[in-house]
This record gives sequence, structure tokens and C-alpha cells, in this order.
Amino acid sequence: MTFNATDFSRALLDPDCVVGGLRSHDGSDCQSRFSVYRNNVCVSLVDALADTFSVVQALVGDEFFRAMALVFVRAHPPKTRILAHYGDEFAAFIEGFEPASGLPYLADVARLEYARVQSYHATDATPLPQTELTTLLTNPDARVALDPSLYVITSNFAAFSLWAAHQGALDLHTVDTQQPESWVVYRVQFEVQTQQIPKASAAFLEALQHGETLLAAIGIAQNVDAAFALTETLALLVNQSLIVTPSL
Amino acid sequence: MLSVSDPPAQHGAPAMQFPPSFTLPLRAGVGLKTQHFTELLSGEHEIGFLEIHAENYMVSGGAFHHYLGKLREQFPLSIHGVGLSIGGESPLDVAHLARLKALITRYEPQSFSEHLAWSSHGDTFFNDLLPLAYNAASLRRVADHIDQVQNALGRSILIENPSTYVALDASDIEEPTFIRELIATSGCGLLLDVNNIHVSCVNHGFDAAQYLRALPLHSVGEIHLAGFATTQTSDGVTLLIDSHGAPVAEVVWQLYADAISLCGPKPTLIERDNDVPALAVLLDETQRAEHFMQRAKPKTASVLS
Repeated sequence: MTFNATDFSRALLDPDCVVGGLRSHDGSDCQSRFSVYRNNVCVSLVDALADTFSVVQALVGDEFFRAMALVFVRAHPPKTRILAHYGDEFAAFIEGFEPASGLPYLADVARLEYARVQSYHATDATPLPQTELTTLLTNPDARVALDPSLYVITSNFAAFSLWAAHQGALDLHTVDTQQPESWVVYRVQFEVQTQQIPKASAAFLEALQHGETLLAAIGIAQNVDAAFALTETLALLVNQSLIVTPSL
Repeated sequence: MLSVSDPPAQHGAPAMQFPPSFTLPLRAGVGLKTQHFTELLSGEHEIGFLEIHAENYMVSGGAFHHYLGKLREQFPLSIHGVGLSIGGESPLDVAHLARLKALITRYEPQSFSEHLAWSSHGDTFFNDLLPLAYNAASLRRVADHIDQVQNALGRSILIENPSTYVALDASDIEEPTFIRELIATSGCGLLLDVNNIHVSCVNHGFDAAQYLRALPLHSVGEIHLAGFATTQTSDGVTLLIDSHGAPVAEVVWQLYADAISLCGPKPTLIERDNDVPALAVLLDETQRAEHFMQRAKPKTASVLS
């Protein structure tokens, strides 16, 4: 008799699977003993998602969230042993989750929440010294290294406003969910900041992250909006120390 | 300050010997929780050591490393892994082992421990401590895994006795015997989880005092105390669950007193991972543990003042 870890594993995620090779000293029901493991696995992973996606949970309610998260856990159990990185597929899953189709902004709220957790744990970087900033930002061919905690997200919906309403920053009833929004997530000291930015600024920051030169990034941003606010966008980067010494 | 520096068990022929790797103070400690970061930094608390889950700190940067770095200057540290899946059938994840090595190099903990359990199979991580069959084949496999970990880390580790909920047909060795053989073969030490003994003994109808005495108590490097939850099988049998979500139960305190009367006082962790209360509540439990420790006589010559 050998232990079959593959069957055991499958049954952890599939409640219809019956595991063989179990026994109990008192003849009590082995399947309900096994279900302690199944419950531990599913509850701990749903809890991990609830920690990361608390506004998604608030938007749909606890019961709906936990049911949705359980479907996700069973279909997409972690491939990582580091739970801070679990849930990168959750937003895409929500997009295709039929019962949530009436909330088209929900996936982008999830994207924002996942980005905030990644930003919180991102690599520490050294801000570029003030003396080097001027030289860098006056060179059109410069490539600008942004802080690793900086994430740019764009949405066809007002996902940022919905998230902000759940932080008490604005009244939920004033949010027009159909309003496209872009936002930037970054860390100042150890606190994650989330700020709405114009779509052209988002395109500019993404271009820099992709290694485009300043000049090329400006061109990309102006293609999005001819009135791209370069000065304001650079001011955000400089004031929040988001331009860093490039990592080797 | 008192310190414990028991060498690993000397029975059998350990694959490789490492210098003593368990130098936590002979005190009680608490698990490090984010909600207690700033309060712990105030330096106003008498705490023997802090323990972290390795995987929570395998992130690149940010607050976790900032606070752990500061706290490490003030407190001894135990690193407790939950993701190596040492009891698993799959080969160890060498990338994970490398991350663990980096974490240990960075924080120089006084102790590193893992579980007699598996937590991943294939490429899936289950985030739970799952049971393995106890037989000759698994004994060889787990000993090899421990050997691999100890070689990679360059130090001996502690292995924790598990909480289990169902027995496996493929087991033909009693759990304490398996642990004794494993420790003798691999040269690792024992992380004695007293709550797990109580939970497993209730769940499988063992006598806890007998189970305790069948363990290789000379190799205990650390003790864990925690609370449990209760559930019932479909046919009405009570099962205990190692929940880490409640205060240490009275019956577990009594078993703890019994344990340290046998193995002497050992660094003792109050484990609380769910429904985490105010730090002061946990410190009441560490004080109680230290009270028990003071009443237990040291059992080894290597306990130094």
C-alpha cells in the first residue's frame, strides 16, 4: 500500500473526489476527517485573497466574494509558495466570471488592489540624487529608471473612484462607473499611495518603464493627448522621489 | 542570559554534522505580526525572541524587511518555514531553498525550523501542512530532504511534529517512532509542538503522555504552544484542529509542564496566527510559559548561565 499524494492533492481542490487509503482508529468517517484538510486549504487561500482584495469583497459582499474566490482557488491554486504574490490571475478570472458580469469594473478594482500589494513589497531602491536629476531630465535621450514600487493601471471604468470611495475619500453615490480612469500606485516610505492621473501621463510612465527615452515617451504621451502635462507628471516623479538609481 | 546549544541527536550516523544551530535564549517568544511592528520597536517589552514564517518575508523590499531589520537588532529570531514541503514526494524546490538561504544569511536567525508534513505537490502549493505516510520509504525520503536542506543552509534544522486529522493506510510506523528514527538518521533537532501532540492524540486516540515520552526529547531545540479549534465528523466524533486562533488551552499548558519536566526548559513560542489579539494578551502567555520554565529544572549540561 503506497500513499497516493496525487489523489490526495486532487481531492483537496475537488469536493466530489473521494480519497482512498485513509483510516481512523475508531472507525469514524475518514472522508469527513479528510475534509478538515480540504477546508483548511480552501479557507486559508480564500482568506489570503480576501486580505488582498478587500474592496472587491466590499463591492460584492462577503458571501459572493467567498463563493467567487473558492471557484478561483479550485481552478487556480497557488503556483507560488509566497502568498503575497498569490492572486495575479484573479482580475482576469473575474472578467470571465459570469455571475460578476454585471459589475464590469470589478476586475480593474482587483488589478488595483493586487498592484497595491505588490507595490507594498516591491524592491527598495535609492532615489536619484537631486544633482543628477536635472542632468537626466534635460537630456531627451535619457532613459529614466522609475521606482520598482510604481505601477500604472488604466481602466475603461471608474475603478479608482470606486476604490477611493471605499477608503472614505469620496461618496460612492457620486461615482460614475462608466468614466475611464488611469492611476499610478507607488510607495512613499512604507505606505502605498494611489493617485489618479491623466491617461497621457499613464502612457508616459508606462513608456519609461518599458525603457523608452524621455523624448520617445513624450511622443507616446502626446499621441494619447496633445495636451499631455509633462511638467506636472515630472513633478509627481520628482516630488515623490520616484526616479531612482538604475539597478544593474 | 541563558542559552540553549544542544547539538543534534547523536544516535545512528547523521549524514553530516553541523555546528550547533539553535541558540535561542531560554525564554518565551511570540510570532511577529504586522500589527505589532511599531509597538515591538518601542523596546518596552520583555520578549525572549520573535519568530517569523519564512515565506512571509520572501518579498523583495518594503515595510516587512524594514521592520524585521530593526527588530532583529533588538530581539533574537527564529525563522519557521511552512513552504519547503519536506515531507512531500516531489523533489524539494531548489529555488525556494535558495530564497530561504538568502533570508537566513540576511537575518542570521538563532533557529530555523520546518514541518514533518508536505505543503505542495507537483507545481501546486496548498498552504497547509498535509500528512505523510510513515514507512521505511518515506523515512528515507524525508531524511534525504532534511539532509539536502541542512547541506544547503550549512546548519542543522529543527523539524516539528505535526497535527493530523486522518491516518493513512500506507503508514506502518508509529509517528513518534518515525520522528525518533528521522532525527537519528538526519541529525536534525525536534521542534516540540505541544499543542500538536494534544490535537493528534485526541484525533487518533493516543495517550498524550505516552506519545510525549516516545519522542526523542533529548533533541528538543524549541517548543511551540498554540490554541486549537474543535469540529465534528459526520458521525459525531470530535476532532481538534490546530488553528493558531485561540489562547493556549489549559490541557496544553499541563502537557507543556510535563514536557519540560522531562526535557528541561526550552525556548518556547506562543503561536498565534489567526484572530491575533493585542500584544499584551500574548505577553501574558509568554509570562506564563516562563513561569513554567522557571519551575522546570534544566536537563542538559549545555544550558549555560
